[in-house]
Amino acid sequence: MSSDALAIRVAGLGKRYRLGGAQTDLLSERIGRRAPKGRDFWALRGVDLSIAPGEVVGLVGRNGAGKSTLLKCLSRITPPTEGRIELTGRVGTLLEVGTGFHPELSGRENVYLSGTILGMRRAEVAARFDEIVAFSGIEQFLETPVKRYSSGMYVRLAFAVAAHLDTDILLVDEVLAVGDAEFQRKCFGKMDDVARGGRTVVFVSHQLSAVQRLCTRSYWIDGGRVRAEGPTNEVVAQYLHHAGATQEGGVATIGPDVPRSTTGAVTLERVALLDDDDRPTDRIRLGQPFTVAMTFRVSETVEDGVIELGLSSADGTRVATVQNVDGDRPLLSLTPGRHEIRARIDATLLPGEFTLDVGMHRLIGLTLDFVERALTFTALNVAYDGSEDRWPWVVVRGALRPPSEWSVRTADAPA
Amino acid sequence: MAETRVIVPPRGWQAPNLRELWEYRDLAFFLVKRDVSIRYRQTLIGTVWAILQPLLLAVVFSVFLGHYAQVPSGAGVPYPVFALAGMVMWLYFSQAMQFASDSTVASRELIGKVWFPRMIIPIAAVLPPAIDFLPAFAIAMIVQLAYGVVPPVQILLVPLLAVLTLAVALGIGLWLSALNVRYRDIRLAVPFLILVGLFVTPIVYPFDVVPDAAQPIYALNPMVGVLETYRWMLFPDADWPGALLAIPLASAAVLLVTGAWYFTRAERDFADVI
Repeated sequence: MSSDALAIRVAGLGKRYRLGGAQTDLLSERIGRRAPKGRDFWALRGVDLSIAPGEVVGLVGRNGAGKSTLLKCLSRITPPTEGRIELTGRVGTLLEVGTGFHPELSGRENVYLSGTILGMRRAEVAARFDEIVAFSGIEQFLETPVKRYSSGMYVRLAFAVAAHLDTDILLVDEVLAVGDAEFQRKCFGKMDDVARGGRTVVFVSHQLSAVQRLCTRSYWIDGGRVRAEGPTNEVVAQYLHHAGATQEGGVATIGPDVPRSTTGAVTLERVALLDDDDRPTDRIRLGQPFTVAMTFRVSETVEDGVIELGLSSADGTRVATVQNVDGDRPLLSLTPGRHEIRARIDATLLPGEFTLDVGMHRLIGLTLDFVERALTFTALNVAYDGSEDRWPWVVVRGALRPPSEWSVRTADAPA
Repeated sequence: MAETRVIVPPRGWQAPNLRELWEYRDLAFFLVKRDVSIRYRQTLIGTVWAILQPLLLAVVFSVFLGHYAQVPSGAGVPYPVFALAGMVMWLYFSQAMQFASDSTVASRELIGKVWFPRMIIPIAAVLPPAIDFLPAFAIAMIVQLAYGVVPPVQILLVPLLAVLTLAVALGIGLWLSALNVRYRDIRLAVPFLILVGLFVTPIVYPFDVVPDAAQPIYALNPMVGVLETYRWMLFPDADWPGALLAIPLASAAVLLVTGAWYFTRAERDFADVI
């Protein structure tokens, strides 16, 4: 069992969580009860990986497949329940942009804080400080508290720190899915450099195009196990071919394996997010109206159909629900066959990740078919109409910006 | 060839990894720097706050206990001087303990997103109160001199006592911060503990008002020995605490070692539970 030639070697890795019951509890609930309630859930089981030094490897798979748990085990954030991991060299982890950033601190202070949190020594941060600042392009604002930064500046600085983390192994999760298109290009450029610089990278993303571009080899993780492994293009093709809910751009294919509540009378097959020109997209701009196109296969005639579209923010909070019957509009009547139903939604979403739940119910309350998180998309911090209308703050509070009218009334000036 | 790290499921008790902790000392420095600069940034009176707290409390206790209730002073110094010294030391200790206990839960975002030796968190949390201690100590010294109480030479030992106090606070903080992740009761218990401590420690009354028979139990509170030693360092007529000092020394050692071991065992589940 020699691991000399490998940067990362994982054998029989398993991670068990207990479901049900609050994870944190009050002491009073614990007393007199040794065994915690709830059932076991294996987020990972029997995972083997072998990654050579300098390889750039992608992990693909749908939400909840275990990719992020795997990365957390590799980065020591959470311990495995069984199995063995061997890592040769220094490990850096990048699970989000801006880990440890504090809004009250200046850009300079945050570079040092975030750098040391990510595992750099103070001297290492100092040595790369100029490089980091140059990459971020925020030289003038170094002494300004980052809470006054625009979100673009914030993300640029945060990514710059992380990008200059000089470790042998880099574990990256989804962090490229932030910022505007221009910034993403810059990030990809940096990731290309990192990849060519001989470092070992494990990269997790829902953006298959990003994985295909950066990674030579990939693992497809499904249900906590390695489903396939090989050259990225082959693995991605297998993954896409698999009858799961897979999303490419703004089109999600909802296969039969996708968890859903259904009677079988109706089956959601496809959900697409369309822009003004009816082109699929997975990113919309601030204030841009969008259309959700849903394809249902109907096996039994439906006469009192109600379609529910649920919009949730990244933390899973439902922030809006629309239905075809809103405003006393008629029920849906569908004959057997395939139907595409479109809903145009005019809502201003604040920057962030959103998911759509899509389902059809009968008016009597019976759910015919319902798929949670059928589609994921990003609301960007970029004006829709080319105006200067942007979300100017680092911290996004809330998910929606309802239309508002403003006025000022000044009471008579004191005499 | 770089060294290979092996990660296997943790079993049973494991020794705290002090080498890793040392490698991350720069992080502790920046966490302390963050906490100190944030706390006083955008507050109207800034550092004055650190001075004002013990001063105002000492005034309140001097008026109500020292003056109205005629609680005796100790060590042959005027009551306000006596109470202020006690208050400075107690606020220092109680803040260090409180910050350490709250620290892990307050850092939950970090814990879920990146690995570093978790023990850095409570260690960094006990240090900012030590920085507050400096101006508070200075102002208490000015008040004491204004009352004509000249400190003896052993005042030079105050830094050692300050370190001992921090060690006691950290020892308790390691236990409570690890427990706090799983049992949020801790967050409610700590302010209560501090309130009780204010009364079962000789802060606003002298040690000798406690009856002889009760003294052995009373002195088990490690802060009793700390307070008595502190007054011996500040006031010329205060007695050498003698064996009383052994209790905070022993408690610090026991709490630090057991706290570090318990923390090391508990921290494995932090990311999953927090």
